[in-house]
Amino acid sequence: MKHISPLTGLLAVAVLAGVTAGPASAQAARDYISIVGSSTVYPFSTVVAEQFGKTSRFKTPKVESTGSGGGIKLFCGGVGVQHPDIANSSRAIKATELAMCAANGVKEVVEVKIGYDGIVLAESKAAAGLPLTLRDVYLALAKQVPNPNGTETLVPNPYKTWKDVNPKLAAQSIEVLGPPPTSGTRDAFVELAMEGGCKTFSWIKAIKDTDENRFKQVCHTIREDGRFVEAGENDNLIVQKLKANKNAVGIFGFSFLEQNMDSVKGSVVDGVVPTFENIASGKYPVSRPLYFYVKKAHIGAIPGIKEFVAEFTSQKAMGEEGYLADRGLVPLPPAEYQATVKRVANLESMPPVK
Amino acid sequence: MAAPLTPAETRRRVDASLRRRYRTERLFRLYGLISVLLGVGFLVILFTTIIGNGYGAFRQSFVRLEIQFDPAVIDPDGTRTPDVLASADYSQLIKSSLRQLFPAAEDRASRRELNALVSSGGAYLLQKMVLADPGLLGQSRDLWLPADDEVDLFVKGSVPTGAAGSEQERLSAQQIGWISQLKAAGRLELRFNTTFFTAGDSREPELAGIWGATKGSFLMMLVTLFLAFPLGVAAAIYLEEFAPRSWLVDVIEVNINNLAAVPSIVFGLLGLAVFINFFGLPRSAPLVGGLVLTLMTLPVVIIASRAAIKSVPPSVREAALGVGASKMQMVFHHVLPLALPGMLTGAIIGMARALGESAPLLMIGMVAFIVEVPSGAMSPATALPVQIYLWADSPERAFVERTSAAIMVLLAFLLVMNAAAVWLRNRFEQRW
Repeated sequence: MKHISPLTGLLAVAVLAGVTAGPASAQAARDYISIVGSSTVYPFSTVVAEQFGKTSRFKTPKVESTGSGGGIKLFCGGVGVQHPDIANSSRAIKATELAMCAANGVKEVVEVKIGYDGIVLAESKAAAGLPLTLRDVYLALAKQVPNPNGTETLVPNPYKTWKDVNPKLAAQSIEVLGPPPTSGTRDAFVELAMEGGCKTFSWIKAIKDTDENRFKQVCHTIREDGRFVEAGENDNLIVQKLKANKNAVGIFGFSFLEQNMDSVKGSVVDGVVPTFENIASGKYPVSRPLYFYVKKAHIGAIPGIKEFVAEFTSQKAMGEEGYLADRGLVPLPPAEYQATVKRVANLESMPPVK
Repeated sequence: MAAPLTPAETRRRVDASLRRRYRTERLFRLYGLISVLLGVGFLVILFTTIIGNGYGAFRQSFVRLEIQFDPAVIDPDGTRTPDVLASADYSQLIKSSLRQLFPAAEDRASRRELNALVSSGGAYLLQKMVLADPGLLGQSRDLWLPADDEVDLFVKGSVPTGAAGSEQERLSAQQIGWISQLKAAGRLELRFNTTFFTAGDSREPELAGIWGATKGSFLMMLVTLFLAFPLGVAAAIYLEEFAPRSWLVDVIEVNINNLAAVPSIVFGLLGLAVFINFFGLPRSAPLVGGLVLTLMTLPVVIIASRAAIKSVPPSVREAALGVGASKMQMVFHHVLPLALPGMLTGAIIGMARALGESAPLLMIGMVAFIVEVPSGAMSPATALPVQIYLWADSPERAFVERTSAAIMVLLAFLLVMNAAAVWLRNRFEQRW
């Protein structure tokens, strides 16, 4: 039996491993905070998590990048150590999601607004620069646009150059690199920039009241004839491509613009340059709030949640000169910041859905 | 019938056909050579870009500072309790040391710029030193502290200097001036980046390391090896040697071949449903990752093992049975030892594929920011390919070179594993 001994050994280990993997050993306690959610909030959440882990007596929280929707789904899965404690989100939680939370026993959720993220349209630094308006953006990128002859009908997007869209712009071919539909950045871009431009046509705006779905279909659908290129979730990749092609315009988060100011520049939108100050003051039109949601039932059960939230909302993190601002998070205006701090201190939960 | 050919005509025709045949052969060789060169060319481009981008990450800028462990800053009340020592503001020590070097930086803005030269990780380093040896209080030490990632990029020359002082500049003219002063004084130099090999993830590029991900990958591979290899070999032996020929076995066979081609993300979804949702195992655990990768590797191991068993000639089996061995003895004493090198090769190649896999890990929560190096198969961990993905997506510039360096580490592991498979095959393979 000399030959089989190593094999039986392996088998024994396998069986053992199989046994320990059984339901009997399901995790008992968790001594670290589990955070899931948006890949846009991830860079900020991780910085706070690391800082928290290094300066407090608690373990460093685990931050998963799952996307806003996926994160909230996990978060709303229920109460207990196997479910995450905090969900990051690059949009406000929806009423349907809150209802799902409540149905699974997650009744008390504290909403924390952490700041703003600007979505920029950027070009290579070598390019001449396009002073855009939201209307230009909509006309250049929508699948269907109002008929250029002025009638209130929609035609498939005929525009090939920016000059076609708006005679004031350069005769540069329309070539836009942006995130795919799975990305939160894309959602926000469509909602803020596309819809913003779309609404400037009063007859389309009127559709919203009569037929919301039709309105969304008109304003939110991006053209598919190759002028808008889905460049993947990786914003760095878009920056690289802009460097190589000075005719292209890229769409990505403000923090990437800030890190790559030496090679790309943000396009002016509605006369406003995407700078830190303009986004913070709300002048820049394409910016969205970022949030995280805390499961109140876990406070006390998992060590450190309260302290983590305190660290996140502290002046040195979220404040105007905090370390998150250094990472490109646009801080809340002072009044909103005070309100957030107050809400967090009292752990005010969101009103239940009716 | 045609007239018989003259010898000269035959000669001419043969020569012509011979020339044609030689020409086709030369062309075929040329095509082969071109495709090989093309392949090698792309490989060279891949390696030069990765190495060109990544070698910089193995060196890191350090600043030498004279740190005064001032008890008045760390522990003003003289309690010396670990809690007080842990929560003290160690960045003050670095700041005051920098101020001594550059007393000209007076106003708040330039002090901020000055302090930005040294990594925020320096304070944690001092904290660890003091916690390990509280006797340091009141003494002063000359220490090499990691420089900030912007400084590091500047020193390595990866960021164009451009018009100094312009708004887009990552470092101000003043900071660049300080850097050259520090360099001239021998207080700023590039040293080997040990942090990269010993630390877990961090959002500060200069503090980020690959060790946490490597250990996570290692733990997963261990689970995969101990499960996929014995299970795969057992399944292969049963199917090859014991299973009766029936339609059921044929169905199983087709399914195993099919499973080997299933996209890996599907195994991730399966793992999420079975191991996490049903068995309640924790998310992000290397155990779950290993189980998922086992599911993925198993078909590969079974197919390779069956091929290895098939290659053992029937005469060996017949001889064993002929001298009175039982079927079990025949398999375990004769067939298995002869087939083992082939099985191992298959297993290693399957594992190498599993090592480079990130898609199934996405579903089970391993795409996560985890600072602490995992201590066991149940603690949260990430894996090498996931770490590469996360770094590639980070806005900080300095992560670009770390991404490439991590790819180099992953490639090195894959190279070692594949080389081991080739070596095993050459060393132990029997030719019949």
